Amino acid sequence: MNLNRRQTLGLSAAAAVVVAAGLRVSPALATTEDADKRIMEFTGGKAPGTGKISLTAPEIAENGNTVPITVSVESAMAGDDLVQSVMILADGNPNPAVATFHFSELSGAASATTRMRLAKTQNVIAVALMKDGSAFMDKKQVKVTIGGCGG
Amino acid sequence: MAQSKPRVKVPKTAAAGEVVTLKTLISHEMESGQRKDKDGNLIPRKIINKFSCEFNGVKVFECDIDPSISANPYFEFSAKVNESGTFKLTWVDDDGTVTTDEQKIEVK
Repeated sequence: MNLNRRQTLGLSAAAAVVVAAGLRVSPALATTEDADKRIMEFTGGKAPGTGKISLTAPEIAENGNTVPITVSVESAMAGDDLVQSVMILADGNPNPAVATFHFSELSGAASATTRMRLAKTQNVIAVALMKDGSAFMDKKQVKVTIGGCGG
Repeated sequence: MAQSKPRVKVPKTAAAGEVVTLKTLISHEMESGQRKDKDGNLIPRKIINKFSCEFNGVKVFECDIDPSISANPYFEFSAKVNESGTFKLTWVDDDGTVTTDEQKIEVK
């Protein structure tokens, strides 16, 4: 196998990453399954549908310590068309739970903005639970340059 | 820890039935419980675990907070205002400290 300079560099970089990952004593990070389990608990065992809910997050977060996210759900916020709660999860953080917003008829609109920490590049998930029991989900991948959980 | 005064932005006036936006920020280190000090001991978790907003005693918005929320937690949310009154905002710390702030709004 003949390797040119570029391929050799690429290979050694990949090897370095593997070694570094092996050596790093990282805290137990949450897994996608863990996040899925929490979604099931939140919705009462129902798989959430898509649409209605939209999650806004930056594609690339330079600083994982403070990543602005906005979640909003289409709803009249009256009668049965009411968003009860919205749960935010980060499937790659040490603890996937981020926050749970609870809305009421007085909220007027089911939207909220906050700032969160991201330990590494991962998916941010928002799940909305409506008053009639239906659930909706949106997911965004955020690339993180510097992780925000210390360690 | 002595809590610093939270900063809250609420419009002074609104039309009846208008949906207004509230912005809140409070200074807090939000120690996640994941970090270690220089001797390698875990720094115990100390965060604000609950934020809520009431209008004239009725619940408007509530948030259960986990350690993944950034230091100096910021929340922006909306509220429907049908009458003049007072927003009461409450932050609850892990150690039981409760910080509150009140903001009046007038319906014209």
